[in-house]
Amino acid sequence: MNLRKPGHSVVGFFVCILSTDAAHDRLFISFGKQPYPFGPNVISPLKFFQARSRLQLFDFRELWQFREVVWAFGMRDLKVRYRQTAVGVMWAVAQPLCTVAVFGILIHWLQGRATTGATPYIVTSLCGMVPWQFFATAITQSTQSVSANSSLLKKVYFPRVVLPLAAFIPAAVDFLIALAILMLVMAVSGIAPTWKFVLVPPLMALTVLCALAFSLWLSALNAIYRDVQFVVPFVLQLGMMMSPVVYESEAVVPAQWQSLYFLNPMAIIIQLYRYALLGASLPGPTQVAISFASMLMLMLLGALYFRNMERQFADRS
Amino acid sequence: MTDIAICVDSISKRYRLGTSNSSEYGRLSEAIVGVPRALLRGVHRTLLGRNREASERAAKGDTFWALRDVSFNVRSGEVCGIIGRNGAGKSTLLKVLSRITEPTSGRFGLSGRVASLLEVGTGFHPELTGRENIFLSGITLGMKRSEVRRRFDEIVDFSGVEKFLDTPVKHYSSGMQVRLGFSVAAHLESEILIIDEVLAVGDASFQKKCLGKLNAVAGSGRTALFVSHNLVAVRSLCSSAVLIDEGRVAMLGDAASVVAEHLKTLAESTADGRERVVGVGGIKRVVSCQTRRPTDYSAETLSIDEPLDIELNVELDPAADEVGYGVVFHFYFEDGTLAFASASPQRKAMPQASPRARLHQWNCRVPAGVLNEGQYVLEVLLIASDFGLLGRMPDMLSFETFDTKPRGGWYGKWVGVMRPVCDWTSPP
Repeated sequence: MNLRKPGHSVVGFFVCILSTDAAHDRLFISFGKQPYPFGPNVISPLKFFQARSRLQLFDFRELWQFREVVWAFGMRDLKVRYRQTAVGVMWAVAQPLCTVAVFGILIHWLQGRATTGATPYIVTSLCGMVPWQFFATAITQSTQSVSANSSLLKKVYFPRVVLPLAAFIPAAVDFLIALAILMLVMAVSGIAPTWKFVLVPPLMALTVLCALAFSLWLSALNAIYRDVQFVVPFVLQLGMMMSPVVYESEAVVPAQWQSLYFLNPMAIIIQLYRYALLGASLPGPTQVAISFASMLMLMLLGALYFRNMERQFADRS
Repeated sequence: MTDIAICVDSISKRYRLGTSNSSEYGRLSEAIVGVPRALLRGVHRTLLGRNREASERAAKGDTFWALRDVSFNVRSGEVCGIIGRNGAGKSTLLKVLSRITEPTSGRFGLSGRVASLLEVGTGFHPELTGRENIFLSGITLGMKRSEVRRRFDEIVDFSGVEKFLDTPVKHYSSGMQVRLGFSVAAHLESEILIIDEVLAVGDASFQKKCLGKLNAVAGSGRTALFVSHNLVAVRSLCSSAVLIDEGRVAMLGDAASVVAEHLKTLAESTADGRERVVGVGGIKRVVSCQTRRPTDYSAETLSIDEPLDIELNVELDPAADEVGYGVVFHFYFEDGTLAFASASPQRKAMPQASPRARLHQWNCRVPAGVLNEGQYVLEVLLIASDFGLLGRMPDMLSFETFDTKPRGGWYGKWVGVMRPVCDWTSPP
């Protein structure tokens, strides 16, 4: 759609045009602020729409035009989430802290060794917990995004991928708060951020892409099969065990399993966070390559799947 | 050809019906169970060689064409009405043109920005305040945030809820929600508007405001597609109209003649001409019972401004001939109220009548300006000359009446089971 045609976006509504001839020679009588800028010669060309081909990825130009819708939906979810709660956004902080405390006590009791190096366990695991919590919240929310907005899908057009994208916004706000808490804990433990801290923003973008790769699949599946939203929490629990969240991969995962282990793109991302924030050792290039390849694969196929399923959303969800 | 704003080019839309394809959609468990079941069915079929026909039908799926080869153009600045009976495909057409669902085949062209109002209050969230919802709904419907900000005061003024702007919408009355929703929609700035039944909401004064707004759209050179059951509104607001019947375009033309054609087809379809054997006391068989268009009135049928003829043809029992009888028509309104009754003159006893004479016809003319707009159901009673009830035939006929003239600016439903035209005077 020609959404941003100059001259057409500022259109007075309280305007009356008397038409002397249906097609030509319009007599403009304006009661309002601006005259209505349409005559026979200012009609935009017709833009045609038809059933899409099956192998079409997202229209990024159109997505950019709908960025305000993403933002509006995201802010709606954010506002609604903490309305009628007593401590509000503090829940975003309490959740990762509690999980880390439980695992810290557990590993202490078991006298296990979950980390390498000298960094205190609480910092290492919180550094894994914060990005993981973002990933898990984003996935959970975006899985339900299409089905939760099914009434909207039937009434108004917007690129459907807006919904899983918008679901990331509340999770991102939680993430920023949790990151601030992590910095606080690091400061208390006497760990100063180094130059590597500049890697954090690109890492955050990478985390978003990784979560998107999964949520394209899950939100489209959940629109048709509501069972998915019940399965996702279990899979996320399992995923947390299979990612270096409460432990470090070198300390726990045997060397021969590392390649398989790093098929999980979140594994590499969490290790990279530790590298950027705590100066942990960098994962090997093969492992990085494996992770990124699997993420790209998942993303590309997920995008195709979502685009194919989205034509059924309005009729089936 | 340059001034075409909406071009619909042979659009068809097919829906699948039922659960015959539930392995493709539906619950995941069905999909999981579906695979072995399909395998079993295949084995069963090849081993026993039966059930083939049924499974072939299931594989093909019951499909339903909501739209078939629909084509029409709307010129820029035109307000085009889309009419048709329920289930004719009007709403599907609007959904396709608003890009909510894709057409199965065909294409359509739109010039400029499109705003579609398929419901009032699109995107509202009950937990958010009126202010927040104005932005949310406006952006959802395709406005820019800056546009909403610029029109904000106008929107609030139009809705008349400024006192409750910072109250969550869940505490609003339904009327207030509708008013707020409509005023957001009314301030959309787009070249093309697609509107579905917006008139059906709100109280009288607000309805008047909405119609004023729609009239402004009609006069402002913007293009609009307007689906409505309200034929009065279609006729007075729209310059052209499309009649959709069973997913096809039945007629294109100026609004008045398309509305007239629609009323004619409605009258033909509600006329219940079927034969039925009743065998209740006195009446052996109802040959036909139908509404008829009075020949001396050429305009659309079943309009409340014209007389309505009902013709009843029955074959009577010889027994009824011997006592003499009459019929009474009971007119029930759509809400089940008995609106009024009307009795025929008594027919004298005719001993040993010929079989031909037992076929009898009654014609009843309901005068103009008596019925209200709506659905009526006719019940026929057969009464003996001694006023004993011989037989009762409920639901003999149902018909719908329409109002086609605006009456003092009110387009909504007129209350009451009848609407007689009364003489009013007001002493000075």
